[in-house]
Amino acid sequence: MLNKIWWIMIIGGIIIGAINGRMEEVSIAILESAQNSVQIVIRLIGPMALWLGLMKIAEEAELTKVLAKLFKPIARVLFPEIPKDHPALGSIVMNLSANLLGLGNSATPLGIKAMKELQELNRDKESASNAMCTFLVINTSSVTLIPTTVLALRVGAGSSSPTQIIGTTIFATAASTLAGISANKLLAKLRGNFYD
Amino acid sequence: MIELVNNISQWAIPIIVAIILVTAITKKVNVYDTFTEGAVEGIGVGVKILPYLVAMLMAISIFRASGALDLLLGVIAPISTALGIPEEVVPLALLRPLSGTASLGIVSDLISEYGPDSFIGRLASTMQGSTETTFYVAALYFGSVGIKRSRHSIVAGLIADFVGFLAAVFICKLVFF
Repeated sequence: MLNKIWWIMIIGGIIIGAINGRMEEVSIAILESAQNSVQIVIRLIGPMALWLGLMKIAEEAELTKVLAKLFKPIARVLFPEIPKDHPALGSIVMNLSANLLGLGNSATPLGIKAMKELQELNRDKESASNAMCTFLVINTSSVTLIPTTVLALRVGAGSSSPTQIIGTTIFATAASTLAGISANKLLAKLRGNFYD
Repeated sequence: MIELVNNISQWAIPIIVAIILVTAITKKVNVYDTFTEGAVEGIGVGVKILPYLVAMLMAISIFRASGALDLLLGVIAPISTALGIPEEVVPLALLRPLSGTASLGIVSDLISEYGPDSFIGRLASTMQGSTETTFYVAALYFGSVGIKRSRHSIVAGLIADFVGFLAAVFICKLVFF
């Protein structure tokens, strides 16, 4: 899937760029995107190290097990494949909590950690397991109670009621997450190999 | 309200750090050594995701810079009008799954043009906050563990984005219009 999307975007973009006479912009975009990627990685390495360190302590203190237990009723529905009390569930809970609180910089490292633990349970290491697909969709559809970035933007723009969009955001994000989880379960049943 | 929300965001991280440390100390964990042992993996993850990010960002930026995105917008416009989506936010809906910074830029433009408390301003804010950058998250999460076949997850993620936008339009029309 990603393979096809990738080359279609690039080849399609180059052809359309040629027709539009925007080859200079395209060529700048190609080089700049590589530089931007390094900046993103550099911004991510610090929080990544921070949360991996804290999570290691949480694991040694068996806190992740406690979180996994609390999360059990939901986990049984969303991730039936994960054995109970598995550390992956602890990381998933931490990632979802960070997302709910609008702590985007912390949610990403915790999500990557959860993915690593899901990968340990995965039988085919090159193909995403059902649990990995579910976890990804929950993250791409976003689960948030506090949209911090948007709130900051609205405060900066001098809004008289910056928080007024919290309710509508929670409604929309709940709808998108539910739709994503349902679509994911349905597509998994229809056998996913078709999409590769 | 904004103060409460700010307080939650400000307190969350220090409280989490404190809870983790206090629990570990009572269980006699050597917290300093354990922390650095875990943190050392951070660099490895960064190195591992770089190729996936370069690949993804390159495709997205070519797609935008070439005008292919604008072309797609023209094709989509009649459909979105039929669905009742205001044309001002269609570029945002299309860009949101591709690029977080670009879509935030659009929201910021819309807010300064129409005002943060206008219908368009509120709708754009809701749309930006209610979904994530699907392609970026997929490249990052799957890249970090070397997954090559994403199976049905991208399609499911895009369905979620689409439903999220429709839900944002629906609820904002209901509440703010």
